[in-house]
Amino acid sequence: MVEINLNRRQFLKLSGATAATLAVVELGFNEKKAYASTKEFKIAKSTVTPTICCFCGVGCGILVHTKDNTVVYTEGDPDNPINEGKLCSKGTTIRQLYTSEKRIKKPLYRAPGSNKWEEKEWEWMYETIAKRAKETRDKTFVVTEDGMTVNKTEAIASLGGAALDNEETYLLSKMMRGLGVTYLEHQARI
Amino acid sequence: MQYTDCALIMGANPAENHPISFRWLQKAKDNGGKIVSVDPRYTRTSSMSDIYAPLRSGTDIPFIGGMIKYALENNLYHKEYVAKYTNASFIVNANYKFEDGLFSGYNEDKRAYDKTQWAFEKDAEGNLVKDFTLEHPRSVFQLMKKHYSRYDVDTVVKITGTPKADLLKVYEAFCATGQVGKAGTIMYAMGTTQHTVGTQNVRAFAIIQLLLGNVGLPGGGVNAMRGESNVQGSTDFGLLYGNLTGYLNAPTSTDVKNATLAGHLEKETPKTGYWSNKPKFIVSLLKAWYGPNATAENEFGYQYLPKGNKNYSHINLFKAMYDGKLEGAFLFGTNPVVGGPNAGKEKEALSNLKWLVAVDLWETETSAFWQEEAGSNPSKINTEVFLLPACSSYEKEGSISNSARWMQYRWQAIKPLGESKADLEIIHELATRIKGLYKNEAGPTAAPINALYWNYGEGHHPDIDLVCKEINGYDTTTGKLIAGFGALKADGTTCSGNWIYCGFYPEEGKNRAKNRDKKDTGMSLYLNWSYSWPMNRRILYNRASCDPNGVPYNKEKAVVWYDAVQGKWTGVDVPDFVATRKPGDAGFEDPFIMMNDGVGGVFAPTLNDGPLPEHYEPFESPVKNPFSSQEINPAIQLFDGKFNERGFKADFPIVATTYRVSEHWQSGTMTRNQAWLSELVPHMYIEMSEELAKEKGIKNKDEVIVSSARGEVKAYAMVTKRFKPHKIDGKNVHQIGMPWHFGYKGIATGETANRLTPHIGDANTTIPEYKAFLCDVRRAD
Repeated sequence: MVEINLNRRQFLKLSGATAATLAVVELGFNEKKAYASTKEFKIAKSTVTPTICCFCGVGCGILVHTKDNTVVYTEGDPDNPINEGKLCSKGTTIRQLYTSEKRIKKPLYRAPGSNKWEEKEWEWMYETIAKRAKETRDKTFVVTEDGMTVNKTEAIASLGGAALDNEETYLLSKMMRGLGVTYLEHQARI
Repeated sequence: MQYTDCALIMGANPAENHPISFRWLQKAKDNGGKIVSVDPRYTRTSSMSDIYAPLRSGTDIPFIGGMIKYALENNLYHKEYVAKYTNASFIVNANYKFEDGLFSGYNEDKRAYDKTQWAFEKDAEGNLVKDFTLEHPRSVFQLMKKHYSRYDVDTVVKITGTPKADLLKVYEAFCATGQVGKAGTIMYAMGTTQHTVGTQNVRAFAIIQLLLGNVGLPGGGVNAMRGESNVQGSTDFGLLYGNLTGYLNAPTSTDVKNATLAGHLEKETPKTGYWSNKPKFIVSLLKAWYGPNATAENEFGYQYLPKGNKNYSHINLFKAMYDGKLEGAFLFGTNPVVGGPNAGKEKEALSNLKWLVAVDLWETETSAFWQEEAGSNPSKINTEVFLLPACSSYEKEGSISNSARWMQYRWQAIKPLGESKADLEIIHELATRIKGLYKNEAGPTAAPINALYWNYGEGHHPDIDLVCKEINGYDTTTGKLIAGFGALKADGTTCSGNWIYCGFYPEEGKNRAKNRDKKDTGMSLYLNWSYSWPMNRRILYNRASCDPNGVPYNKEKAVVWYDAVQGKWTGVDVPDFVATRKPGDAGFEDPFIMMNDGVGGVFAPTLNDGPLPEHYEPFESPVKNPFSSQEINPAIQLFDGKFNERGFKADFPIVATTYRVSEHWQSGTMTRNQAWLSELVPHMYIEMSEELAKEKGIKNKDEVIVSSARGEVKAYAMVTKRFKPHKIDGKNVHQIGMPWHFGYKGIATGETANRLTPHIGDANTTIPEYKAFLCDVRRAD
């Protein structure tokens, strides 16, 4: 991760004529003042973290600028040889994945027959899901079939995963196989 | 891509859907290369192309079949490559026949073939019989030539609707890459695969590329343009029912040999080719999954693996759910109520579940299927729904693999928003808790889950470094990381969670997915940027870029070569070959090391629907098949009853396809929940030609209703010049298109295109036929 900490000269160079005018007219040549004004720019003093776009399979590099516990800016990663800093419309707006008010921030539960979501604690969700999975698995588990050991349940399905990280898909594949799940699918087919 | 002399883009629209990839095509164009676009619609890609040819959806095999005939008859194929590097010289046994659309060995009741009828001929010692002159009447070359002699230009244009002059322009431009030293590439996406003949569409591409000598070189290949950032990785890691990790087949109970590990290994392991090492990969995987609980005495835990006995793919999964056979489901970032075929039925099926766990950043049409807004009556739906908030990709760390198999790391930029969590943690917590519930239980049901080795640190969040090390593999005695899959063993002394990735983490502190050296190491391969499986090779089968002596066919674009002085293969790429194999050594001239025979498969006797691609009409088609009396693919599984209503020409005369736009992504959850992208493309629409609009009295922006045998969708009409009626056998056949991104949740909403699409799939993969079905269209008022 890279701390961006612009000095005055770089700041002027980056900001071009507008900044130069600002500096002369409003700030004079006081180095301290000019530096202070850079803080008004969203990405000054932001932390930059490289990532890879989460949309299509091209794999473009993106730099995520964070400051004060929020994402202030995102841009194409000029170092990434795949996109050399360029992005499409989706890659460009990736910041809004964090800032969109539509994000779910709490676990939600819908009871049988209910017409609404209820907020729940993670702990309760994990425990309840684990119980449901075990109940279904125990009830439907097939140990042998025509004399062959098959160790499976055909009553639980797992779907999705094409947007997960490799490490996540690995653990998911391992867990589902460990449970004996045979209905195991992801978006390669749809 | 920038090194290609000609890019044939068919069944894909990269300028729209993979925009940054197009920069490299533009570079190819600047270097004098040609771009050819073949598509039912004049797309953004078409507008950037040198040649555009329209075709009716579902007629790719006639289009390419005609090209194969053209290349063969005009002597445009790469003769040395075809004779030495493909199975064109192999002799097929005398049982092989092809008559009226059927290959020998067809069983009508089972809708399946006896594939042994298509086997290659072997001599008394069991060696393949070959004829390098390619003249034997039963050689693959001659059988192929005979098969495609029926795909003459006039029949092809009659069925595809492609104007003859355009068709010939495409054939001429692309077949010019058969010249020694030239490279042509084919780029495809779901426009190719989402058909009842999807696999054979890709096979047709592979055949023409092998004939033109275009596989294994820069600017060549058959390139799948992946639609999701890690659909490559999630497939590599075995999230499809038929594969464990690294393309190792999941054992099934339908073959008695799978009863034991020894039987399974024997059945799965060929005697020749690189897959002869398979037992090392399988045992190392079992050691990764079952750890110390995998011993030589218990077949390394092999018996713990589930053994299925049927096709468990997407459509079958939803059929089982629809029939009430599934109780519970986990969904990880997926939205089948918008993205699944015949989506209305998939939504209905969900209410048969007892419980549903959805892990997502958003409330989707799927996790909200029980709401009134979804057209449901909540009081009648008893499904418990657990919606777990996941964080986005930059709120966590981990790697993803792109279309070119580059495994790139993503660092955590910020803590997860609110109470959202990384999927890694969610999966870890679920696994840990379920294991916890079984901890004090014994017996056969508890045994497999108790044996599962789950050791990723003490905290709630698993230690990702431990996960990475297990994927790469290590010595199970010393814990030392394995440098590459060549060092894996079948005796239980090594583990590797995914053998094809073994080597990405060769030593302590060196996770090569994190490599960020942007220096071009030659031919724009950037060997020190990220890691590309297998063993950091950037171009698969790159040995095929050299002649049989190991000299590059194109010296200016050389990537690997045999260096006689050093006595080994070298180059700017990592040779995809045994580096020490010398001239005269067995297999020196066989570049396709993963193939049992070391050569490329023009003839594929392993597929369910025939060893050579043959044209069949889509499940729903307005046209009769001119090539045979088999209207639809004879080997596809048919779903009947209410689950899948079928439409016919009399009621639904118009061909329809779905497609994507640049501003939205898949089922739209990731983009329709963002303000800017929602504003850019805010509405669902139906794209149609001016000619069809005139016939139906529809004006641009009118509300229209599209109907299929499965349902109706209301949307705005978008009347464009991009669609033109196809002239099929002298008559106009209309085609419309529609984006499939919309649903009722999010900021930009619209009706769901997939309510129209059928539950029917390809004969090999069961991928749904989204890209060719029948419909009708009318004004809404």
